[in-house]
Amino acid sequence: MEEEIFVSGRMNHLIDPQLNIWHWQIPLYLFLGGMAAGILCIAALYFIRGREKDYSTAVRITPFIAPVLLILGLIALFIDLRHKLFFWQLYINIRLQSPMSWGAWVLMVITPVSFIWCALHIRDIFPNWDWKFKWVYELESFFNKYKKVLAWIMLIYGIILGIYTGILLSAFNARPLWNTSILGPLFLASGLSAGAATTLLLSKNKAERRQFARIDLILIGIELFLIIHMFMGFLASTQVQIEAAKLFLGGPYTMSFWIFVVIMGMLIPALLEFMELGKFHIPVIVPAVLVIFGSLMLRFIIVYAGQVSRWLY
Amino acid sequence: MTNRREFIKLSLYGAGALAVGSGSYKVIKTLSSPDEVKKLKVDLKRTPTYCEVCFWKCAGWVYKTSEGKIWKIIGNNEDQHSNGRFCPRGTGGVGMYYDEDRLKTPLIRIEERGKQVFREATWDEALEYIAEKMKDISSKSGPESMALFTHGSGSAYFTNLLKAFGSSNIAEPSYAQCRGPRDEAFLATFGEEVYSPEITDIRDTKCLVLIGSHIGENMHNGQIQEMSDAIDKGVTIITVDPRFSTAAGKSKYWLPIKPSTDIALLLAWIHEIIYNDYYDKKYVEKYCNGFDKLKEHVKDFTPEWAYGITTIPPDKIRKTAKEMSDASPAVLIHPGRHVTWYGDDTQRIRAIAILNALLGSWGRRGGFYRPASHPLPSAKIPKYPEPKKTWTDAFPGKYPIASSPVSNAIIDASIPENKPGLLIKGWIINGTNLISSIPDQANTKKAIQNLDLIVTVDTMPMEITGWADVVLPECTYLERYDMLRSSPYRKPAIALRMPAAEPKNNTRSGYNIARGLAVKLGLESYFPFEKQEELLDWQLKQSGSSLEEMQYIGVKTYEREVDDLYFAENENVVFSTDSGKIELYSKYFEDAGYDPLPNYVAHEEPPEGFYRLIYGRAPMHTFGRTSNNPNLTDLMHENLVWVNPKISKEWGLSNGQYIWLKNQDGVVSDFKIKVRITERIRWDSIYMVHGFGHGQKQLKRCFGKGASDTQLITKVLIDPLMGGTGMRSNFVTFVTEKTEKEVAS
Amino acid sequence: MRYAMAVDTRKCVGCSDCVVACQTENDVPHGFCREWVVEVMNGTYPQLEIEIRSERCNHCINAPCVRCCPTGASHFADGGIVLVEHNKCIGCGACMASCPYDARYPHPSGYVDKCTFCIHRIKSGLKPACAAVCPTKCIYFGDLDDPNSDVSVVLKKRKSKTLIPEAGTKPQLYFLI
Repeated sequence: MEEEIFVSGRMNHLIDPQLNIWHWQIPLYLFLGGMAAGILCIAALYFIRGREKDYSTAVRITPFIAPVLLILGLIALFIDLRHKLFFWQLYINIRLQSPMSWGAWVLMVITPVSFIWCALHIRDIFPNWDWKFKWVYELESFFNKYKKVLAWIMLIYGIILGIYTGILLSAFNARPLWNTSILGPLFLASGLSAGAATTLLLSKNKAERRQFARIDLILIGIELFLIIHMFMGFLASTQVQIEAAKLFLGGPYTMSFWIFVVIMGMLIPALLEFMELGKFHIPVIVPAVLVIFGSLMLRFIIVYAGQVSRWLY
Repeated sequence: MTNRREFIKLSLYGAGALAVGSGSYKVIKTLSSPDEVKKLKVDLKRTPTYCEVCFWKCAGWVYKTSEGKIWKIIGNNEDQHSNGRFCPRGTGGVGMYYDEDRLKTPLIRIEERGKQVFREATWDEALEYIAEKMKDISSKSGPESMALFTHGSGSAYFTNLLKAFGSSNIAEPSYAQCRGPRDEAFLATFGEEVYSPEITDIRDTKCLVLIGSHIGENMHNGQIQEMSDAIDKGVTIITVDPRFSTAAGKSKYWLPIKPSTDIALLLAWIHEIIYNDYYDKKYVEKYCNGFDKLKEHVKDFTPEWAYGITTIPPDKIRKTAKEMSDASPAVLIHPGRHVTWYGDDTQRIRAIAILNALLGSWGRRGGFYRPASHPLPSAKIPKYPEPKKTWTDAFPGKYPIASSPVSNAIIDASIPENKPGLLIKGWIINGTNLISSIPDQANTKKAIQNLDLIVTVDTMPMEITGWADVVLPECTYLERYDMLRSSPYRKPAIALRMPAAEPKNNTRSGYNIARGLAVKLGLESYFPFEKQEELLDWQLKQSGSSLEEMQYIGVKTYEREVDDLYFAENENVVFSTDSGKIELYSKYFEDAGYDPLPNYVAHEEPPEGFYRLIYGRAPMHTFGRTSNNPNLTDLMHENLVWVNPKISKEWGLSNGQYIWLKNQDGVVSDFKIKVRITERIRWDSIYMVHGFGHGQKQLKRCFGKGASDTQLITKVLIDPLMGGTGMRSNFVTFVTEKTEKEVAS
Repeated sequence: MRYAMAVDTRKCVGCSDCVVACQTENDVPHGFCREWVVEVMNGTYPQLEIEIRSERCNHCINAPCVRCCPTGASHFADGGIVLVEHNKCIGCGACMASCPYDARYPHPSGYVDKCTFCIHRIKSGLKPACAAVCPTKCIYFGDLDDPNSDVSVVLKKRKSKTLIPEAGTKPQLYFLI
């Protein structure tokens, strides 16, 4: 028998018996950030490819949700900080080796960019919008002139935003569950999937909806592929990673992961969208909401389960 | 009882010094002139003290912040006891000072005893109350009807008070509940006890044999430091313990002995060492009496015989005997400290003493050294009145070998139906929690209810204070002076304790309390100095020092007058026994009607489904005294019950599960205890650390945490020679569900 | 200059003096610890062996906590000691998540705290509080770049190990076995 105990009851609050430092604020932010990233990437991508007219909802309307998500995400992040008065230190230091520093600066860029993008399309929602100040009108025409550049910025920073949430976690090799480079692409795919689902929900154009259903299907396929590879990677790796994988294969997070994330968040929507493409009529709200829900649950479960997995004790 | 033994014992005991002429010792690190003293830069931010958390009394410094708040406690580098390093309890001593649950003001009981309903009182009121009651008792049944139970630095003052009052019934539970059998066994064999701190020369020993002693879990600072030094030098440690203790983890040989069979092993070792001529022939011939009788006695106690009893294989017994003799005379069979196990403990320690004598370790390097202490003058006081009766008159003929009053005998003598020859009517309890230290709690509580007066002096609201008529709150050692420490050690030394802070709330020092009570009793002349610091200064000035000097240096070490730390080659040592030699065969015991040589007696074994309750210490706590200390509860806040995996499987217990324990007499522990499933404990026993399971709600940090082993020790095996209370013959079973609600005492 | 610490597991008895000395020296709040003691036991009764270790932050050369700190509050000080600058720390918790030894804890004041090798004592020529108090003298501390320092001498004499070397952090807390 091997017995390993703390002789002098180490019971550091939030560290023992397992890490418990990140609560709902962080997975919520990861979800909001990912979804916003997905929305903005898709909008930028189709604009750059000149398909604005075909997918007008995706390019012009859906992005209005992004700033809201980003602001909510930033609020969640701020609430999570334990030393709030010093939050501004984030913005006078840039540390290239710290994904969190990247995140802080990327958000600094993409949040105003998303606001600007929405401002350019404000008349799609409010046809009689009046800026009231001349300098704002001048800004508007400036940005309209360089809209393509703006779109490229939005695309690149959107991808970074989407992928860094995963890289952030995977940089913590002290949590074996997160120590996989698949987490970055997985989160990006999940974010794009949620973004696509939002357009699916909001679009009134049938052709657009079909296209995005197809996009969603492809993304779900990619996600499933990544998840399977992730588990294969864990099970072929060191003892701590096998134990991390076991959290989802018989451990406490098995039910929630496979039911909420995989079945409800990926397989069922995929099936429904497949059926939709095959001429069955499915109310579009069902798969869209399920995809978004799955994306949210993925973040929650990965963040909570990751804190359970550790190297020692 | 020989006068010689009493004399030697008294002359070397620390507190309460003899009146001896000025010592002509050469002083190390002397600051001889007042000018030199003044030249030293005064470090106002630290004051000297010696620790009160256990009996080792390490000297150190209390450091304060720039605002004058107590910050940390560090060892004094000049101190032999600690070598500048305090143990975790001493380091955590600051917690004693900062504990908000401390007693704050004197309390007088207003409802029936034990209900813990008190009213706050002034010191004057409280002391007056006590004095009146004591005078009442004295007039009705004589002053010898008062008794004192005491432990710690305050013992000196309350002993003085009670002796002045006219009673000599002064019992330290550390005698009959702890080291008593050991002291008597060594006194009977070598004419000298092993003292506190023990005079064991661990740092130079080549072979250390521990019989149940769990150095490393019992945190005797000097012993752990020396064991570590010995490990560096390559010592062979032999541990005899049914549990895989920390010491066993560092041992070359661990003998997982069946509990209660240690005497058989010791006798087999004696057999091996005699019949293989392993013993120190010169030493035995020169210094020992009774060798031939001993040799005859152990003739049949072969390793094979011992194997059948102890389950230790014969070849291991032989190997370890050889190891011991190879190391001789630098071999130490450790006498232990808490040795009240099975009622035949005096005899077991006699076997240990005999083994040490055969191997020639007494008075030799690596064995036992000759201690020296610095004598201090005591204040001139009137002669104590001669009490008409003493505790020995309570049950005449009982405990003939006891050279100190037996606490449990005094408790029994407080119960009228026991028809004692002397009925005790009043108790003063200083610094000891009788409810937790004396086994058979029901008997103690019964005795308490029969008293006319019970007074407790304590720093914390421990269980015993709940039973008092008057609770007197003492300040902690960090807030007071105390007598100079002058313990026997390798070199004579004195240490000063001075307050680092003013007494908190309405607490007072033990000296103040005792003197205040003396004044009320008209016994002021026995405490001639009103302020303790004046007494200390007077004592120090008689010794070539001063209070001022000691405040700067904390510890003063002297050279031994004679370099006699160990026996010289061919020294003609005269031992303080009746014969003047080491008594392998104890005629003294024989004359009293007991075995002159130890014999193995089988003890009761646990019934089916029950497990022997073995208890011990944790290095971060001192019994139940520190259970509420915030610094130490951070390290350990509850005790665990160690269960062997085979047994836990039978019972379906899981690691970390909380259960109750029920003993053979049907007593169920008040509180649940957490299960630790470990291979380190034998399948016929369970192990838990003593001092938890407190039922006092006022102890907010430790109330209800862990379980109390004392509560489950209802069967007591009394050592007939000296009254020691053997506590290891209690057996417990597990209760996983309790039907009635948990009750706190 | 590279500070390191070595703990002799043969002598450590698990008394936890290091933990409480660190607590009083550094005002570690109650309920938290910068150091702790671990006991590992192997075997079946009566073939047993135990190893007792006094542990703390390893002040790794390749410290993940310094790498992932977004503000640079976690940084390397003299001799490779990893410190947290309280007024730069935002309490994001990245360092706590990145430490494979879980050596850091959230201080109630908001910033993240951990063992500092008692840098304030080292600067005055003293040893860290734990090394100074240990009754078994099993904690050695010093400069690895100095061949005569306590820790260099003892690491040359004895076999040693570090914890989870495969995590790639290059810890500077050695355990003599």
